[in-house]
Amino acid sequence: MRPFSYERATDAAGAAKAAAEHPNAKFIAGGTNLLDLMKLEIEHPAHLIDIGRLPLAAIEDTADGGLRIGAMVTNSRLAADERVRARYPVLVQAIVAGGSGQLRNKATTGGNLLQRTRCAYFYDTTKPCNKRLPGSGCSALEGLNRNSAILGASQACIATHPSDMAVALSILDAQVEVVSDNSRTIPLEDLHRLPGDTPHIETSLSAGELITAVVLPPPPSGGQVYRKVRDRASYAAGLASVAVAGGRMAFGAVAHKPWRAHLAEAVLAGGGSPSEAIAAELAPARSNGRNQFKIDLLHRLVPVAVETARSQGRGA
Amino acid sequence: MTQVADWAGSNPIKENRSRLIGKAVDRYEGPLKVSGTAAYAHEVVPPSPPAYGVMVPSTIARGRILSVDLAAARAAPGVALAWSHFDVPEQAPRNVMLNFFQPLTTPAFEFDRVSYWGEQVAFVVADTLENATAAAALVKVDYEIEAPEVTFDPIGDEGEHPPGESDVQVGDFAAAFAAAPVRVDAVWRTPPQNHCTMEPCATTAWWEGDKLTVHASVQLVRKTQHGLAETLKIPPENVHLLTRYIGGGFGAKASWYEDLTLAALASREIGRPVKVAFTRQQMMHGTIHRPATRLHARLGATPDGKLTAMSLITQTHLGRVGNFVERGSNFSRPLYSAPNRLTGHRIFHLDLPVAGAMRAPGEGSGTLAFECAMDELAEKLGIDPLELRVINEPEVNPEDGRPFSSRQLTRCLREGAERFGWDKRVSVPGRVRDGRWTLGLGMATAIRGSSLLPAKASFTVDAEGVITVKQGMTDIGTGTYTVLGQIAAETMGVPLKSVRVEIGDSELPPAPGSGGQFGAATAGSACFEAGMNLRKAIVEIAVADPASPLYGGPSENVTFQDGIVAISNRSETIAELIRRNRPDGLTVEGEIKPAEDSGKWSTQTYGAHFVEVGIDTVTGEVRVRRMLGVFAAGRILNYKTARSQLTGGMIWGVGSALTEGNAFDPRYGSFINQDMAAYLVPVQADIGELDAIMLDEEDEKANPMGIKGVGELGISGAGAAVANAIYNACGVRVRDYPITPDKVLAGLMALGK
Repeated sequence: MRPFSYERATDAAGAAKAAAEHPNAKFIAGGTNLLDLMKLEIEHPAHLIDIGRLPLAAIEDTADGGLRIGAMVTNSRLAADERVRARYPVLVQAIVAGGSGQLRNKATTGGNLLQRTRCAYFYDTTKPCNKRLPGSGCSALEGLNRNSAILGASQACIATHPSDMAVALSILDAQVEVVSDNSRTIPLEDLHRLPGDTPHIETSLSAGELITAVVLPPPPSGGQVYRKVRDRASYAAGLASVAVAGGRMAFGAVAHKPWRAHLAEAVLAGGGSPSEAIAAELAPARSNGRNQFKIDLLHRLVPVAVETARSQGRGA
Repeated sequence: MTQVADWAGSNPIKENRSRLIGKAVDRYEGPLKVSGTAAYAHEVVPPSPPAYGVMVPSTIARGRILSVDLAAARAAPGVALAWSHFDVPEQAPRNVMLNFFQPLTTPAFEFDRVSYWGEQVAFVVADTLENATAAAALVKVDYEIEAPEVTFDPIGDEGEHPPGESDVQVGDFAAAFAAAPVRVDAVWRTPPQNHCTMEPCATTAWWEGDKLTVHASVQLVRKTQHGLAETLKIPPENVHLLTRYIGGGFGAKASWYEDLTLAALASREIGRPVKVAFTRQQMMHGTIHRPATRLHARLGATPDGKLTAMSLITQTHLGRVGNFVERGSNFSRPLYSAPNRLTGHRIFHLDLPVAGAMRAPGEGSGTLAFECAMDELAEKLGIDPLELRVINEPEVNPEDGRPFSSRQLTRCLREGAERFGWDKRVSVPGRVRDGRWTLGLGMATAIRGSSLLPAKASFTVDAEGVITVKQGMTDIGTGTYTVLGQIAAETMGVPLKSVRVEIGDSELPPAPGSGGQFGAATAGSACFEAGMNLRKAIVEIAVADPASPLYGGPSENVTFQDGIVAISNRSETIAELIRRNRPDGLTVEGEIKPAEDSGKWSTQTYGAHFVEVGIDTVTGEVRVRRMLGVFAAGRILNYKTARSQLTGGMIWGVGSALTEGNAFDPRYGSFINQDMAAYLVPVQADIGELDAIMLDEEDEKANPMGIKGVGELGISGAGAAVANAIYNACGVRVRDYPITPDKVLAGLMALGK
């Protein structure tokens, strides 16, 4: 870890301003990802802005029947909220599939969205990685890429986004509220980027923009399901995951961002079968060798998840 | 010289009058550990404020160090010293361990060559851990890089034999195998595995004059003390090594590393205490690991299930440093009857991190092949896999004809089958469903050697009647403190609360330490002997003391019970006797040595594993639902700590079957999973119903107490039982461990499922 300066923010606008003014500043909330990355010298912010005490920990009903989730709401609290459990079960299932109990107690809603990839080469500072050191190359391309992306990847990066929660939020059409000089609201789907030639730029946020809330519109009709496949039963990154809510679908652990499966949704909306839907979505999927199984896995998993959601929808 | 027959008579442990032997006593140090008051090596408070050392590992697997630029590190805030190969103080050269008892030297930065990725190449000491860490990042190493030879992928049974070792052949394996009507011939692979001790290796060291005190996290006190003394070229008596609490060893800490050497050297250099710890990432390469294996198992049988031929050839790799061989075939030698046998090992020297002992070295990998081969053979024969083991149960060691010291394998199998409900197993795979899950049962045999090594111990009785046990033994989290206390209390006929146990200190009578499943039998037997000597001394005092009710004897009739010495109704407390005669206390030593004729018997511990798994037919995910182990391992000292060790071993078996493995990138010569979020050991949610049962047993040939060890028995065969259950659940045999969902999925798809 390298020396850094530290301040504790007292209000969101002030935190955003401080981030804009300090070169190489980072917000720290739960710290479940950033502290590890700093200890391993993967992240080396010059200045930390602690947003841990900002009053952004409320879950409020919105006028249209949705919810506004403060950025500092912990994953544990969000998954335990009665309204979330009743209206957005896919979000609850996704959250409890992520990390461990201890991590979820510390991890926040905003921080969860901004966590960084689990690609092993990203974590080893002695290896090339375009995400960590732009221009150094991608070690995973021809390396141990069992956990790598099959959708939307580039020659520069085949890392995946690790969040389970974000996959559920993407099919719930969540909006992300951001405070800065020009406060704005970003559709969650537009928050994360594909790697392209700049895999080190992971989101559409600029320096000095602070996520303050995630807003959920009312839930879509129909059943909701989150299915995550992993090497062990808890505290393991996904090999692939599927979120289904009504006619919407998204995948986790297969792309640089939560992968909203618009092609599959269109096939389902047009009366196609789940198998046809997943086939359409995976037509452009590419494997690098060891991650080929993820394509097979999604082909098998999606129809089951869709059927489970449908039967739940019928039951409800 | 001691003979095995000398251990046959009765003694206080066998009589067990206070019923302390076997009692499920809670671990003495448990409350200290969970309350954070047990000081581990890195937490020990030294006599003056310490400095902190941080090691810098190599980022290449093979090559020459041309230069190390320490200038920036030395100029960084708080830095007290920085070293590399070019300026480290003189140390003894690295030696090669020729036998178990020989201490190893661990010179830091001995050569200008790098022989594996992650080898320590530089070291920085500063006033705080933060400053040392920051300064270590400023060290620049210039290498002449050479292409590493790191790929372990033998074709066929090629490879050199370990030095001085040839294959063991009985009968004519090749001919018998060729003629066998039913055969299994298959190859299994296991990956490198890492111990993943919760506590990384760490040392706190300081000097007073020419005397060095080191608190280290090591399994073997005396060997580490002597190894460090040799490295530093000082007399061993000038090294006081302590290791009071150890956060897991699993074999990793039966070796010792640069943290120990560098803490001692740096503390001498800067004249203040120094603490050095490995990081989790550094543990993966910088300490030993279980090397990968290729295991070739061949079994031939007649249709009635009698094995006519058996072979297990283990191929494995060594680093350029060290000479440990993962002997994955040894355990199979005493296991099953077969007149024609071929077993042996092949080694490959590669530019890989140092191979070493980990969680039942040999059994931990070899059973993953051999016990699955038995399952495959059973299926081909149409015989229940458990019955196949019983059919081939030998009367004597099938390799050399020696009698077994004790062997209750069949009883383990039968008792386990009964308790587990083995009769409910459907032999055709994939027939039992639970929703989207397909269920299966599997079993395997457990076997692990048992040995007794030389050891000493001392017992002191004070004027309060309190017995203090002293021994240079270690407790690596297994319950050694507690079971030594139970042995002492039962031997002396005093309550457990009247016993103190002091271990983990090189100034105490030496014991080999923890490892190889010999700890309890070895250290415990020495304690027992010390106790018997103290009883004798107390009797002599009592019968010679006119003030004692026992005066005049007869000595042979003195009993020890509840802290009282008595000859029928003449009695007094030990405390009263000692207060009168030895107010300053009385200390005696005891010693155990292996019996001269112990080699006449084949001595092992045994068990049977039973596992139920569920497999998600969509995703290939495997989840263990139930696990039962039934074991026969001599007299059990403490059913609670023994059960914990056995179930812990079984959980490691689940890890070795399903998740564990250091993924290896040959381009860099390094493992890419370097923390416990990426190297997956089982978590709580992976383990369903789990139990271990211990059969009554007393092995009179093993040692005077009739005990053996359970430290490594639990893992032996456990992973194979999981693999066999997977096959029974879904018809997929994965012979390339770990059995991850992608591999099961490929198997399911190949079956058209």
